[in-house]
Amino acid sequence: MTAYNTHILVCGGTGCKASESELIKLNFKNQLAELGLDDDVQVIHTGCFGFCEKGPIVKIQPDNTFYVTVRPEDTKEIIEEHLIKGRKVERLLYKNPKTQEQVTESKNMDFYKKQVRVALRNCGFINPENIEEYIGNDGYSALGKCLEEYSPEETIQVIKDSGLRGRGGGGFPTGLKWEITRKVQADQKYVVCNADEGDPGAFMDRSILEGDPHSVIEAMAICGYCIGASKGLVYIRAEYPLAIQRLKTALAQAREYGLLGENVLGSGFGFEIEIRYGAGAFVCGEETALIHSMEGKRGEPTFKPPFPSESGYMGKPTNVNNVETFANIPPIINKGAAWFSSIGTEKSKGTKVFALAGKINNVGLIEVPMGTTLREVIYDIGGGIKDGKKFKAVQTGGPSGGCLTTAFLDTPIDYDNLLAAGSMMGSGGMIVMDEDDCMVSIAKFYLEFTLDESCGKCTPCRIGNKRLHEILVKITEGKGTREDIDKLRMLSQVIKDTSLCGLGQTSPNPVLSTLDNFLHEYEAHVDSKKCPAGQCKALMQYVIDDEKCTGCTLCFRNCPVGAISGEKRSPHYIDQTLCIKCGVCFEKCKFDAIKIV
Amino acid sequence: MTKIKSLADLKKLKDEVQSKIKLREKGDHPENLIQIKVSMATCGIASGAKDTMNFLIEELDHQGIDAVVTQTGCMGYCYAEPTIELLIPGQEPVIYGYVDKVKAREIIDKHIKLNEMVDGIIPVTYKKIDE
Amino acid sequence: MEMINLTIDNKPIVVKKGTTILDAASSIGIDIPTLCHMKLHDMNIENKPGGCRVCVVEVKGRRNLAPACCTEATEGMEINSHSLRAVNARRTVVELILSDHPADCLVCAKSGNCDLQDLAQHLGIREIHYQGSQSHYREDTSPAIIREMDKCILCRRCEMMCNEVQTVGVLSTINRGFHSVVSPAFEMNLDHSTCTYCGQCVAVCPTGALTEVDHTGAVIRALSDPTKTVVVQTAPAVRAALGEEFGMEPGTLVTGKMAAALRRLGFDYVFDTDFAADLTIMEEGTELLGRLNKYLAGDKQVKLPILTSCCPAWVKFFEHQFPELKDIPSTARSPQQMFGAIAKTYFADKMNIKRDDLVVVSIMPCVAKKYESGRDEFAVNGNPDVDYALTTRELAHLINLGNIDFKSLPNEEFDNPLGESTGAGVIFGTTGGVIEAAVRTAYEVQTGKALKRLDFEELRGMEGLRKATIDFDGTLIHIGIAHGLGNARKLLEEIKAGHSEFHAIEIMSCPGGCIGGGGQPYHHGDVEILKKRQRAIYAEDKNKVLRKSHENPYILKLYEEFLGEPLSEKAHHLLHTQYFDRS
Repeated sequence: MTAYNTHILVCGGTGCKASESELIKLNFKNQLAELGLDDDVQVIHTGCFGFCEKGPIVKIQPDNTFYVTVRPEDTKEIIEEHLIKGRKVERLLYKNPKTQEQVTESKNMDFYKKQVRVALRNCGFINPENIEEYIGNDGYSALGKCLEEYSPEETIQVIKDSGLRGRGGGGFPTGLKWEITRKVQADQKYVVCNADEGDPGAFMDRSILEGDPHSVIEAMAICGYCIGASKGLVYIRAEYPLAIQRLKTALAQAREYGLLGENVLGSGFGFEIEIRYGAGAFVCGEETALIHSMEGKRGEPTFKPPFPSESGYMGKPTNVNNVETFANIPPIINKGAAWFSSIGTEKSKGTKVFALAGKINNVGLIEVPMGTTLREVIYDIGGGIKDGKKFKAVQTGGPSGGCLTTAFLDTPIDYDNLLAAGSMMGSGGMIVMDEDDCMVSIAKFYLEFTLDESCGKCTPCRIGNKRLHEILVKITEGKGTREDIDKLRMLSQVIKDTSLCGLGQTSPNPVLSTLDNFLHEYEAHVDSKKCPAGQCKALMQYVIDDEKCTGCTLCFRNCPVGAISGEKRSPHYIDQTLCIKCGVCFEKCKFDAIKIV
Repeated sequence: MTKIKSLADLKKLKDEVQSKIKLREKGDHPENLIQIKVSMATCGIASGAKDTMNFLIEELDHQGIDAVVTQTGCMGYCYAEPTIELLIPGQEPVIYGYVDKVKAREIIDKHIKLNEMVDGIIPVTYKKIDE
Repeated sequence: MEMINLTIDNKPIVVKKGTTILDAASSIGIDIPTLCHMKLHDMNIENKPGGCRVCVVEVKGRRNLAPACCTEATEGMEINSHSLRAVNARRTVVELILSDHPADCLVCAKSGNCDLQDLAQHLGIREIHYQGSQSHYREDTSPAIIREMDKCILCRRCEMMCNEVQTVGVLSTINRGFHSVVSPAFEMNLDHSTCTYCGQCVAVCPTGALTEVDHTGAVIRALSDPTKTVVVQTAPAVRAALGEEFGMEPGTLVTGKMAAALRRLGFDYVFDTDFAADLTIMEEGTELLGRLNKYLAGDKQVKLPILTSCCPAWVKFFEHQFPELKDIPSTARSPQQMFGAIAKTYFADKMNIKRDDLVVVSIMPCVAKKYESGRDEFAVNGNPDVDYALTTRELAHLINLGNIDFKSLPNEEFDNPLGESTGAGVIFGTTGGVIEAAVRTAYEVQTGKALKRLDFEELRGMEGLRKATIDFDGTLIHIGIAHGLGNARKLLEEIKAGHSEFHAIEIMSCPGGCIGGGGQPYHHGDVEILKKRQRAIYAEDKNKVLRKSHENPYILKLYEEFLGEPLSEKAHHLLHTQYFDRS
């Protein structure tokens, strides 16, 4: 058995590869071989360290030394100094920007504190189908602590002191919600877990239920104890079969272990949880619509007040919280309100899970303290933009959020800042767009989603969004006018102002924020009938560059509609009246002769 | 399983479970085992995590390597599914991404058997609440 | 009572806690426009989905505009009902509705009676700034109601009536977003559903989305056919409402003008359904007494309470929803059908007219009567007892087509022998009326004594569920009254559970009874109109010389010459019916 005693880990992420990390690896290998060290030291590529700004990254193990901005010519020095002489190459160490101190171990780097896993603490760590692994990681101890040591009022006080706000999008203080529901007198109350996650690209709730279902069960029981409810309901979309299965398994285990049912932990408190399936309607994430759906009625919102805390499921006081909100509860009880409120910003405490998607290298689920900037999320954690393209915008808050530009990259993420910037927290979808994305099309895309998902109850959302969408289609087809741009703005304002529920009140956000931040793109579509990103088919043309065309006839032979003509070995020509803009010629051309204009 | 009837019962169970986990991790005990966790959330399964997990179980068994393969939830590295975490007693856990059957075999043959890391390690970029 | 101080359009006002902005504003003369909202005061009927967003107002300090119909006034609220922002939003919302609405006002059945049209006019909409695609749905025609959902604005009033008031549960909104539409389940046709054709959806529809099937053309053709003798019968509630169609004050009785108009339209005989109502009392009252006396004699098999059966929507309701109780209602046909059966036998024989040459038209406050007249059991060899049932509204159209100046018509009498009626027949038109008429006759027949008072105030009123006990000379008779099928359901559930306290129950499907029928002039949510019609019905009763059905000389003559006695074999054949399990 070969026993390497040292490993050199070279970042193989897209960003670092662009900065010659391949060459760095090769240099290490060759130089180690020359020195005969290739049996002792192993060089490997890793995935993205997520610290692309300081790339390429090289990490030496086992001593965890972390070198940044390594150049191919630095490998020799690292081998000679670090590996042979045991002295760290100081100039390549990461410097703390505040203190200018050099940091050797990656664990001590601020960078590694960018993600803090509270809600996701057990996801990807424990076996979700084994309750004992959950218990082994402090599971159900928060429930036990509440039942044994805290009164419901004291528990609520802890949640209030922690500053936890609803993670489903609204950001309502959780402790206050519990307190209000507690104060309403009723013979029966309900705890409802909103697992009707519907934002495009968002899947944090599903991941929590799949990876750590017991944390939600435990938190629901704590909530039941606090508000005086003996029944809990999880409203989950039927499209989440694995989450449902894991949750069912977890519920059965919790009952078996006596952590659900009558007289939990000998306290006299009893709690039971049932699952209700949703048919996958986005609007059912709105709590009144969710409750109607659970009651077997049409899933549409009703005017608040009355709030569910007064009159909810079956007319009884009902506390509705989102999956992620619940997942935060046990650690708050276990580690205390002060611990939780030490994370985050003044008004937004704790962490937030985001589903990073779009034109970003490290698509995935991340959890960062409130107050982390968009730049840190996108560049440090997300590994930057795919294929080295330019960042254009990030869309937060799901379909009802807004598109934020580079101007907002350094905005600390919290509920209030995002709102002020014209977007919102939402449930935590974060979709990154690059220079190839047409912002008019993006607004159209999001509006299509809200159009499909509108319940149709109120006029502005039902008809207004339809009209907004029609105007956007008109613009992307090159038929728009300046007046249409004004109409978009005016109609959006009315829709926001008059819609019944949060869906309609926020649905024009993608339109308004793109109008605010990318007006020039709208104007280009309307005035010069051009799509600057080259995405709107109706506005682009494929043309052949006479200089580059060799007359190979490949495009001619592949064009499905016979729009291309020309003699062999002389420049070809595309008849724009016949072209259907399928892009086949563009893909086939080996000489870069076909251009999009 | 008898029901947990009090907080004290719960704590006892927790200590038992934790000591079991520690034994596994520390590796200073004859019972120590190599542990592999496969990220088996919807995203992982969709990318073939089930096949990877089955392959790991069969292959390790076939080669007579004493290892425990368990499932876990989403690790968050959706771009690199299927992902697995390899825990060799006495060492830092390592996460591998894009683990298909070929990669899984490479991990068994090189990392597990020869203690030779292979390409495709995903650096862990978060801290846990206990840190 | 906690009081709330607020200002609306700079006017300070104090209201009770719980008052909506809309009601608060209206109390100081500020009429905020509404569209989906509808409230029938005192009847516990309110449609408040907050869906149309027409009533939005600006509230100081609030992020968005507030819908006045469902936002409660709170302390210190400062409301501007006509700020630029509110007016702009309101107009935009109406423009949006219009942008998805067929612009066929000129030929729409609802033109001139359309809440949307009125609103657009009120707001001075002269242009629709946001044009776009429109919704298109299949037109659904049933025996009584036409659904033209292209014209639906999703106010959900029909849905509320169908589900909450009537508990029929046929109409609900299906699909999502722009494709949302009010429909029976799975977009099935109304005539495949459990719809009772009560027509309350039609009565409250603000646009032309729900209307009755129009039979005026067929009636005009019959009237102009020289080979046909066309007779007409008019239901009790029609005379108390028809005047409204000609701009007369609600509650104006137009019995005489109506008879005159019908004669001018060319009907050969102008008869009265009230006559048949008296006949109904003879049959139903006798049936009631028969069951009651058996019960009092200790017969445990007898089915009580007896339920009235005049209302076709109610009949269809229990056939669908409570088929196991179908032997409890009286077997007596409704007055409309009794009239048709007698007209096409007794009257036709008397006048020597062949059945096929006699056309019976009825004028009804009801759309379900169209369905009832088409039921198979009410036809002989395919010839129906009642050929056409028109609504009050259709009669008004017919009168207009006849170039008749309704208001200046003289008062004329009905023809005989089927035109004479008592006050008991008239009050069939309101909730409580059928049972009061039955009590007047049953009391005198049972006790052999003359009633000292004829006005049974204890049976009258507008509450949805009422009960009263009448002393039949020592025997206490317990009576229940329900109007609105939801209220009826409550009584039926009691019967099903075996603990109904009543001997007799009157049920009418429409809130208020026939005066609030689905075929009446549109009330546009004004419950005062229904109350005025009710007062008119009782006034007509009071003015009659004869007020007890068994004193109607033509009824007595009918039995003498033709039927024999109540519940005779002939009466059974012509005046009674059977019910079917439609569940």
